[in-house]
Amino acid sequence: MKYAYYPGCAGKGATPELHQSTMKVVEGLGIEVVELDRFNCCGAGVIGEADPDLAYLLNARTLATAEALGLDIMTVCGTCQGVLGGANKRLQKDKDLRNRINQSLKASTGLEYQGTVTVKHLQWILVKDFGVEALKKFVTNPLTDISIAPFYGCYILRPESATGFDDWENPQSLEKLIKTIGAYPVEYDDRTKCCGFPVFLEKEEIATGMVEKRVSSAKKAGGDAMVTPCPLCHMGLDFNQKSAEKIHQEKEGANKRLDMPILHLPQLIGLAMGFSPESLGMKHHLVSTAPLIQKIN
Amino acid sequence: MRITISIQRFNPELDVKPHLQDFCIEAGRETTVLLALIKIKEEMDGSLSFRASCRAAICGSDLMMINGIQKLACKTPVLEEFTHHKKIVIGPMANMPVIKDLVVDMDPFWKKIRAITPHVVSQNVDQPTSTSALKNIQEELHNADACIMCGACLSACNTFEVSSDFLGPAALAKAYRFQVDPRDEIRTERLESLQEENGIWDCVRCVYCVQVCPKDVAPMEQIVRLRQKSIASGFTDSIGAKHITAFEKVVGEEGRLNETKLPLLMTWGNFGKMIQMIPMGLKMLLHGKSPNPFAPAPPGHKEVRAIFKERKK
Repeated sequence: MKYAYYPGCAGKGATPELHQSTMKVVEGLGIEVVELDRFNCCGAGVIGEADPDLAYLLNARTLATAEALGLDIMTVCGTCQGVLGGANKRLQKDKDLRNRINQSLKASTGLEYQGTVTVKHLQWILVKDFGVEALKKFVTNPLTDISIAPFYGCYILRPESATGFDDWENPQSLEKLIKTIGAYPVEYDDRTKCCGFPVFLEKEEIATGMVEKRVSSAKKAGGDAMVTPCPLCHMGLDFNQKSAEKIHQEKEGANKRLDMPILHLPQLIGLAMGFSPESLGMKHHLVSTAPLIQKIN
Repeated sequence: MRITISIQRFNPELDVKPHLQDFCIEAGRETTVLLALIKIKEEMDGSLSFRASCRAAICGSDLMMINGIQKLACKTPVLEEFTHHKKIVIGPMANMPVIKDLVVDMDPFWKKIRAITPHVVSQNVDQPTSTSALKNIQEELHNADACIMCGACLSACNTFEVSSDFLGPAALAKAYRFQVDPRDEIRTERLESLQEENGIWDCVRCVYCVQVCPKDVAPMEQIVRLRQKSIASGFTDSIGAKHITAFEKVVGEEGRLNETKLPLLMTWGNFGKMIQMIPMGLKMLLHGKSPNPFAPAPPGHKEVRAIFKERKK
């Protein structure tokens, strides 16, 4: 099992713990990865808003690089998966688009994309390629008595035409992984909604309002922590939780706290594999993971 | 096959809060959720209230929550839905005021549609538009004219859920529809008004509207097109527009996003906003989450610069 690993901007930037925990988990499981160390941004849907062809070009470069290695791509970000994976599906299906993009790609970088690569999120790889039964064998520290609220976010599910792994109406892959590591997946309404991060800088009230809804909903359902396959969701729910707590207290009472640790998927898997919280980069979280770690131990 | 359908009931004259009521019906391959509801109303409980009209996914009246998702009752086969979700739970459209049972007040929806001036405004009504001017409009519409005003997108809109004044997907897709109509004479004014609070920049791109629309209008994609038109028309001062231009600039130089540079570029010159960001910036710095804005550009940036240069040709 070998993949071209696409760390994404967040994994190499504001969420270094995502890259750190990913490497611990893939090494621990024996999944071989070749890091695309000259990778570029997928555009996060933002560049595509200004210039769709520019976004296709950036993603075609990534795809062509993996194609030259003869490998499928592993992503660790829900947004990268949606954008890069979605661009891949369009480039594979629409020959005219691929030819047009290849012309500019060749002129600027000498590369060409033939359309042979598959883009898979680590979450999908663990569920399908690696398999939950195989994963079970690596669980040395089952998280018994721990309730985890799965938070999918948007781009790993929607639009279905760009993703197509989980059933967007009732996704189950995070639940399967949570059960595999011995924890309990809590049921709550908000697991497939937006974390607010896309408007974090420009529309703070909207972003914070969303965080309050998502986190309080997970909390009411009994979650000890939330887990997400998207570092942007992590940032939205973690960075913004203190401001969201103020709204929460206005609604529910001054003593109501959120205190919800937001874990990246590989951090959660890593804990169950017996890796230390430090080695999974927990010190980078704004909301402390200490009470959760205490409960696990 | 005998199927249990759970329906949310609420009569404001009798009930304190909504409750679920189960009905057991015989469903065949041809039974839609709407046919089931009609059967229940006719044969089991005449007090059940819901809206419906054409029964053929054209009028948009019978949008409701079916197993938690916005769907047209007339377009949803009972057996397929049951096989998919192992249950059938029906409720009124989410995020709308409930009048009774499955009937909601659509006033918030219509107010938003009216707010964008949903019609062609022209002084030259006497002079017919040449057919050549209208020839390409169909392609440019991108299906934005297919809306049946069912309200699915607004009900599912994640921004609307927390910000009720947001114009919402249906109204903005409608605005796009007139934005590409060559007969319309207020296109610039309309586009300018959409830059304001509660306009196009409040969309979080959660893709819910695209997913639930029964007519493939893809409202979010129309909102994105309005954003493109805004930037192309020089409406670049909003913080939403700056997000796009700054993002493009950072990636164009470095090949990747630098999360420290982006907010600095977005708010450059706006001292109030810059000061507001300091506490969060410091917290991120303390937790090792602020990439160095002065670090040399990462490997691969030269290829990306070449791509940007090629694209600008």
